[in-house]
Amino acid sequence: MKIGVITYPGTLDDRDAQRAIKLAGATPVPLWHASDDLKGIDAVVLPGGFSYGDYLRCGAIAAQAPATKEVIKKAEKGLPILGICNGFQVLVEAHLLPGGLIRNEKQHFVCRDQRLRVENSDTRWTGMFSENEEITIPLKNGEGGYIADDETLKYLEDENLIAFRYLDVNPNGSMNEIAGLSNKQGNIVGLMPHPEHAVEPGFGPDTPIATRSGIDGLRFFQSVIGQVVG
Amino acid sequence: MPKIIVEIMPKQDLLDPQGKAVANALKRAGNSEIDATRIGKRIELHYKEQPTEEDLEKAKELAKDFLSNSVIEDVVDVYIEDQN
Repeated sequence: MKIGVITYPGTLDDRDAQRAIKLAGATPVPLWHASDDLKGIDAVVLPGGFSYGDYLRCGAIAAQAPATKEVIKKAEKGLPILGICNGFQVLVEAHLLPGGLIRNEKQHFVCRDQRLRVENSDTRWTGMFSENEEITIPLKNGEGGYIADDETLKYLEDENLIAFRYLDVNPNGSMNEIAGLSNKQGNIVGLMPHPEHAVEPGFGPDTPIATRSGIDGLRFFQSVIGQVVG
Repeated sequence: MPKIIVEIMPKQDLLDPQGKAVANALKRAGNSEIDATRIGKRIELHYKEQPTEEDLEKAKELAKDFLSNSVIEDVVDVYIEDQN
């Protein structure tokens, strides 16, 4: 199975995402923003960072890139797409997920190991979690405050499209404690926390068992592998 | 240089942290008559020839679809700049 990772100018976590894909058991395929050749991938990750320097709005210019336009075309046909942090912002700017992401409520860049609750385990990227499971995933963002109008929020709640909610603290003032969303078909998931930073013992967040032993992020990638192959 | 100007502001009900910080600084500097500030964007589109009404219509579309995000911003105005 081949999972693409798009690199935009200013992307930071493309190599970590590739590494996570490899650890999960699939083949990472580096993709370049300026090319519309998706190289026959079975799924794609839009990684974190500051694409195009966050110019205009976070993710706005990346949403217009040739590689992204090709991803948008394939989204309707069910291509599994995971947007992480800046990648989530790209998905929102590309209108693949609703709402918007604005500067954190308290204006500070936040970096912490964040507790999350899995609200929807019925997506291509969350199938290996159990419903309401509590996981810990590193979070690092300056513009992660999720906002949407009342109608959109009601739609997201009614259709169970909120994939993850923040637990313990709401780090960025997101409405309804929204940390991540999915689309209705479940092939597209976007979230602010970084699952690719919690995939290898010794390098993940602390757990009650041991320091840096958290690997809750690995199952995002294992989920899509299991479901595409199976 | 012939131009079309696009003016964008953060939505009224959204917190504008830049505006708030600047307003506080203005007040500290003794400008107590200023109650608040809000900061938006002015984007200039430069043209080789004087833009037509058709160019203006296209610029309005671009302002709505790409230059702004309707979830968080409003397009306040899109106009051909008077050369005089």
